[in-house]
Amino acid sequence: MFSWDLLANAVVAGLLIGGFYAAVSLGVGLIFGLLDIANIAQPAFVILGSYAAYVLNSSYGLDPILTGLLLTPVFYLLGAAVYRVYYTSFERRGEESLRGLVFFFGILFIIEVSLSIIFGVDYRLIQTWYGSRSIEFAGVGVAFRYLVPFVVGVAMTLALHLFLGRTFYGRAIMAVSQDRLALRLMGANPVQIKTIAFGVGIAAASLAGALLISIAPVIPSTDRDYIGRMFAITVLGGMGSIGGTLVAGIVLGIAESLMATFFGPSWSLAVSFGILLLALAVRPAGLFGR
Amino acid sequence: MKTGRTLLVALAVIVAGILLAKLRVNPYFYFAGYVILQYIVIATAWNILGGYAGYVNFGTPAFFAMGAYTAVFLIRSVHAPLPVLIVAGGLVAALLGLGIGYLTLRLRGTFFSIATLALAVVLQTAIINWEYVGGSRGLSVIRPSGPPFGNYVVFLFTVMGGLAVVSVLVARFIERSWIGRGLAALRDNEEAAECMGVPTLKLKLFATTVSGFFLGVAGAPFPYYVTFVEPNSAFALDYAVNALAMPMIGGTTSWVGPVIGAVLLGTASQLATVTISSEMNLFIVGVVLVAFVVLAPEGILGLVRKLRSR
Amino acid sequence: MAGPLLEVEGLVKRFGGFTALNRVSLSVKAGERFGLIGPNGSGKTTLINCVSGALPVDGGSIRFEGREITALPPHQRTRLGIVRSFQIPKPFTSMTVRENLGIPLEYAAAGRAGGEGSADADEILESIGLHAKAHLRPAGLTQIEMRKLELARAMAARPKLLISDEAMAGLSSTEVDDILAILFRLNTQGITIIMIEHIMRAVMRFSERIVVLDAGERIAEGTPDEVVRNPAVEKAYLGE
Repeated sequence: MFSWDLLANAVVAGLLIGGFYAAVSLGVGLIFGLLDIANIAQPAFVILGSYAAYVLNSSYGLDPILTGLLLTPVFYLLGAAVYRVYYTSFERRGEESLRGLVFFFGILFIIEVSLSIIFGVDYRLIQTWYGSRSIEFAGVGVAFRYLVPFVVGVAMTLALHLFLGRTFYGRAIMAVSQDRLALRLMGANPVQIKTIAFGVGIAAASLAGALLISIAPVIPSTDRDYIGRMFAITVLGGMGSIGGTLVAGIVLGIAESLMATFFGPSWSLAVSFGILLLALAVRPAGLFGR
Repeated sequence: MKTGRTLLVALAVIVAGILLAKLRVNPYFYFAGYVILQYIVIATAWNILGGYAGYVNFGTPAFFAMGAYTAVFLIRSVHAPLPVLIVAGGLVAALLGLGIGYLTLRLRGTFFSIATLALAVVLQTAIINWEYVGGSRGLSVIRPSGPPFGNYVVFLFTVMGGLAVVSVLVARFIERSWIGRGLAALRDNEEAAECMGVPTLKLKLFATTVSGFFLGVAGAPFPYYVTFVEPNSAFALDYAVNALAMPMIGGTTSWVGPVIGAVLLGTASQLATVTISSEMNLFIVGVVLVAFVVLAPEGILGLVRKLRSR
Repeated sequence: MAGPLLEVEGLVKRFGGFTALNRVSLSVKAGERFGLIGPNGSGKTTLINCVSGALPVDGGSIRFEGREITALPPHQRTRLGIVRSFQIPKPFTSMTVRENLGIPLEYAAAGRAGGEGSADADEILESIGLHAKAHLRPAGLTQIEMRKLELARAMAARPKLLISDEAMAGLSSTEVDDILAILFRLNTQGITIIMIEHIMRAVMRFSERIVVLDAGERIAEGTPDEVVRNPAVEKAYLGE
């Protein structure tokens, strides 16, 4: 049953959620796309951010975006610590591939199980003050619940882009991703730079998680829904092109939205998986890749 | 161990299994024993790809569940007998492995691993939407009457014991053959292996297919074991983490490691689940996994080897 | 055999916007000692990667013994007799030295008729001086022993064409002579050898013919004497 109205709504909804998906994937884009560290635990950190926001919201009534931002330093330190362990145990010994992957899976697993022990398997959601409102835009209803995360997502993308392009540490991260030797000649320590990058990537998860729980209900196993999405977006976006991540996020969001509108919502995960496989088969370097 | 002696041990194990079945000890023993034997198959299967070739499969639940749901489908549609269920379950899972392998093994191992992680989620969604096998509500399965040993769980216990023996023998055979040597070469350095004449893609596809086959085989008797099959239990996270942890703890370079890991971790898990809680058990398994990966990556076998060479 | 053993024609290789090889052609005769030199980044290793099959090409063709091999995967080229050693040794770390040789013997050399008979791993290890360490893992080898293992592994693959990629980098003078002697000996046994090296005295002594690459293009070809006197070569190495 097709109508232009339905299509327009689907596209707009997809666009908005896509911006959010991009925000969620920024961490992976940074850590996996640029630094080539297969951090499959990223979705778990996002969910951790969601639950942290939930706790602070239900105890103190804090707005999730505020919480997300406030907790960024905490998550940054957490990310730095995780990277240090990863580096000492694996990267330094040159055994990244097999064991590093299993290590991150272990982290993902421990976080998910811990959350389910502490919070159980009930769905949690944060009702924001703007959550129930919406505006009309060119005949299409736009819910604030999706619009705000979209805006924040775009802002995060922009912020990260500026960070990587304009600041010393940001440029150092770009340099590390391309040529470790050049970085050393520059006088910076690659390990320190990667620690910072990893920390930033996990810090991004904090805010992304807070956004997530204001959009849709969350349970500990929600992280697994995002694995396919995050990596599909990162690969499609070009493995480290931050702008590409945003575009890829929107592409995925619209694809999922169209699928959900015309074929039913339960197949949305298949969309990201399909896009991931397609992106890997066609262009491992993605749309914008190096 | 020489081949002749190994086959003798295998035979002894089978005989022991049958004797145990006939003895009819505490019924819980067969329930728990089935789980541990099932994990021997799972860990061994996982290790054929993970330990021998170095490609990590995070989507074990997908393959296990494919075996289970193939069985459900065949039970419901044609009341197929258990041997058919096992072979069919294995074949479907093998095809799944081949498919995923074909799509991702030309790229780095990391992408294969990520794809397997996403695969489990997607397949679960697909099964949830398939009403014929129960969808999200699940499906009841009635065990056939008149099983050997008089009790179906006891019977399944011996069947799984037989499957464990077969899977271990196959793994051992592969490990010691030219295929196993080629897999070890590509695990150590894939580029060099390819340049030394090893057809790496073909070997990887072989390993993925065989690994998938035995994971499916492990899942095929599951419907009769639980009698009520629903996606959450067939796709349980337990399979994902145990399939990794058991070979890692035991040691990944040989067929012995997964067996040790399955027996040790399987028994400990059963105890923990009963005495504490199943979730705490999972938590502990996760911590143990990370501890081993960081501190003792070669597992118990590696530690033993180090102690011996002192 | 009438034609050249290896014929590379108009080879093009790009990495994104960067052209690493720009229509490079060369041909190597059977039994020849061939040198490939050029400043850093000139495309030597890229060329070797294309010939061995590690990298797909964007244009041009590669023929071995008259047969088009441009589409073949690396392991099949090895089985045909094109074997390369790696600049940074890539041993199989979980295997002993002997087992390292076992892999090419089993996969590359098996079933191929001809060559110098059925010399097994021990013979090769003896000839190269690694026999005493045959039971050790690569972790227990010194730098030069690792390089020798790299060569020994290549020998075990029964090459018709051996491509030695900077096997001597960072070695002492005596060690260089050691490796050179091995390569000379392999050549007298009938193996065609392409040597990529920065150590000029080795290349000059070893090569019958040299091709010089610079910035992805062939700028000179000839005997060692001719190449050394070529002003274009001097400019490439020393700049204007």
